[in-house]
Amino acid sequence: MKLKTALLGAACAFAIAPAAFAERGADGHVNVLYWQAPSTLNPYLSSGTKDVESASLILEGLAGFNEKGEVVARLADSVPTVENGGVSADLTQITWKLKPGLLWSDGTPVTSADAKFTYEYCTHPEGGCAQAARYEGIASIDTPDAETVVITFSAPKPNPYTAFVGGTSPILQAAQFANCLGAAASTCTEQNFGPIGTGPFMVTEFKTNDTVSLAANPNYRDPAKPAFATMTVKGGGDAEAAARAVMETGEFDYAWNTQINPELQAAMAGGGKGTFLNGFGTLVERIEMNMTDPSADLPEGERATTMHPHPILTDIRVRTALSKAIDRQVLVDVGYGSAGRPTCNLVPAPEMFASDNTGCLTQDIEGAKALLDEAGWVPGADGIREKDGVKLHVLYQTSTNPVRQDFQALIKGWWEEIGVSTELKNIDASVYFGGDAGSPDTFQKFYADVEMYANNFDGTDPEPYLAQYLCDKIPGPANQWQGENINRFCDPAYDVLVKEMSATAEMGKRSELAKKMNDMLTKDSMVVVPLVDRGRLSAASTSLGGTLLNTWDTEMWNVQDWFRVK
Amino acid sequence: MTETTNLDKPESQVAAIWRQFREHKGAVFGLAVLGFLVVFVLIGPLLWQAETLKVSEALKVKNQGPSLRFPLGTDQLGRDMLDRMMSAGQVSLAVGFIAMMIAIFFGTFIGILAGYFKRLDGPLMRLTDMFLALPLIPLLLVMVMLFRDRIAKVVGPEMGAFILIVFAIGLTSWMHAARIVRGEVLALKEREYVLAARSIGAPPRRIILRHILPNVISPVMVAATLGIAEAIITESVLSFLGLGFPPDFPTWGRLLFDGLQYMQLYPERVIWPGLAISLTVLSVNYIGDGLRDALDPKARGR
Repeated sequence: MKLKTALLGAACAFAIAPAAFAERGADGHVNVLYWQAPSTLNPYLSSGTKDVESASLILEGLAGFNEKGEVVARLADSVPTVENGGVSADLTQITWKLKPGLLWSDGTPVTSADAKFTYEYCTHPEGGCAQAARYEGIASIDTPDAETVVITFSAPKPNPYTAFVGGTSPILQAAQFANCLGAAASTCTEQNFGPIGTGPFMVTEFKTNDTVSLAANPNYRDPAKPAFATMTVKGGGDAEAAARAVMETGEFDYAWNTQINPELQAAMAGGGKGTFLNGFGTLVERIEMNMTDPSADLPEGERATTMHPHPILTDIRVRTALSKAIDRQVLVDVGYGSAGRPTCNLVPAPEMFASDNTGCLTQDIEGAKALLDEAGWVPGADGIREKDGVKLHVLYQTSTNPVRQDFQALIKGWWEEIGVSTELKNIDASVYFGGDAGSPDTFQKFYADVEMYANNFDGTDPEPYLAQYLCDKIPGPANQWQGENINRFCDPAYDVLVKEMSATAEMGKRSELAKKMNDMLTKDSMVVVPLVDRGRLSAASTSLGGTLLNTWDTEMWNVQDWFRVK
Repeated sequence: MTETTNLDKPESQVAAIWRQFREHKGAVFGLAVLGFLVVFVLIGPLLWQAETLKVSEALKVKNQGPSLRFPLGTDQLGRDMLDRMMSAGQVSLAVGFIAMMIAIFFGTFIGILAGYFKRLDGPLMRLTDMFLALPLIPLLLVMVMLFRDRIAKVVGPEMGAFILIVFAIGLTSWMHAARIVRGEVLALKEREYVLAARSIGAPPRRIILRHILPNVISPVMVAATLGIAEAIITESVLSFLGLGFPPDFPTWGRLLFDGLQYMQLYPERVIWPGLAISLTVLSVNYIGDGLRDALDPKARGR
């Protein structure tokens, strides 16, 4: 009988064991590797991902984004919407309510005054706030009581989830940063290196550009979390070394941004010590077609401007043929492996804005040839197509990067198969993306027929991104080549849609408009030829549980849920 | 009865140099290696023609090890490494030799002018100092930016890049040769035979070509061999940075750069181009060493 009781007791102990593990600090220590080491823990003073993400272990906003790109409450009680009355019907006001009883890690209460202070801190005219864009368009912030934050916008704002939402705009403690406003911001070393926050961890030691030592926040709002008592965030090395530290040597539990070539990914994943986590955001590697003539025979100032339409690429059949000849799955396999997937969309995510456009995914060499035949380009003696004595020749430029050069070689191979002579050019990335109006090699100047690069949009709202393709945003000498409409696409019908979207709040309608605009740029006109949807790739040890890669917020967004797999 | 003297025919200067050169084992070995490399890149493509594969076919044979079909294996896109090594070698060696010739021509020309004509000495040497102080990479960036389109329009993008790089390297590496030559000329022009030539009224052009130039040949030859090595390395650096040649135009430097990220899985990708660059540079250096010994009459017979 006694033995039976003892056995029962043991069985019970096992049954309740998982519950017993769910205790703050029960799982000991966790090591995280950010190979670009954090240099500050104040995200308002740095736009670097590494700094924002390390800071998000300590600082939180009212809300954040989950892995699907939806807004979820953090310090706020719930997410305000038009339906629940939190957002005013005219879209000019949003009212946030704090969770009751919130405490900073030093034990003092969190109030709406901290939020208002954070707004003042970031919008101070003498301070250079790195996240000022999150607070754009705000007329005023009012705090009727200690738990209510009312944000009033100067114009209707269909997407009001900018200020205090996500890892890039967390709330600072007013008491700690009171003397750090404006020009004094960067001199407050003690505050910037050790902010007091509401997040699951607090800083115990910060060595700039090297190591952050953290301990569980004793005042975190969920008494059972985080499972880890201490954490180290270490910097140094490169993506490959970081992947190795998790996947091969096991020195670290989690490594951020381990973008390595697919073969190495497969070799490391085979070791079984860890797994690669991938998440897909909005970063799309694409080929942009130049709608204007980049010929060097044109005088400077007229070259690649709307004064001269492109002699070959203005024919949609040529553009479509070039897209059809590409096998996107092969590009993914060669360049990105599990960190990429083929796409035909300029806006591949969030799901509600992604069009169901998949027509380009299958390669069709014969179809491409037929289209070129139809357009009047017939193969010449050397296999290169020609029309009226003009050779079908394109100059294809991109930045210097091993993956991009592999893509160039493959795409050149396919284009030559369909009879398009292709000349490749690569440019140092700092020049190509440098935006110097005096250099002929920037991607804005586009002195080539087609060019390849990747771009994405910040947050979950594609409106500003799609608005880049307005007629009046075409780069040219008049605006110092600073426009964002790189391929000089211009369609009045498109401009109308952009205007319509900026005045539409209803989400269903917005998503419909976004999809329509995406299709106009991609499958309907083939002006933008998307190739690969590039995800984020991080590595986690198999002994670390609860990780969920999020591309809409910081990767540390759910660190409170991490635990040690036993 | 006459005594017959069996005197050997005096050996010619070239033969003497060659005999002396052969004494230097490293130099002979270097010459053999360089000769092999030149044959490899020039004759090799005639003997070995890579299959022309479609992209889809090539991708099926990517990352293969050495085999009869692909003696050096294939790269990550299924391209024949042997074929790429040979065509890359043509470019790298051609850049090395031609850039060296340009550098030596300029270096000798300026060195002789500076050494022989006192009035030119100051300005030319300050010009040399100025070029020594110029940072090479930004200068090349500017040159590429300014002239690439213009040259490409005349001779095509690949030849354009070649001419541009060769001149860029040549025009930025003549300074050491100029300094060496100037020093030699300063010493030589005080010699008796130069004085004698001048006393019978020989014009400077004649004195330089007849009496000075042949005597500065030995340091120039040494500088030239070292220059080849330097030019190949500079070209590798440029390819490594993605400047210069279009990406589908392989050079040894670019192959090395491309292979870098596959170093752990397929070490041969970096070993072959790395070996080719190192062997060229090393053999050229040994040849230079041997030539210096062979051309120096004081060292000869030691």
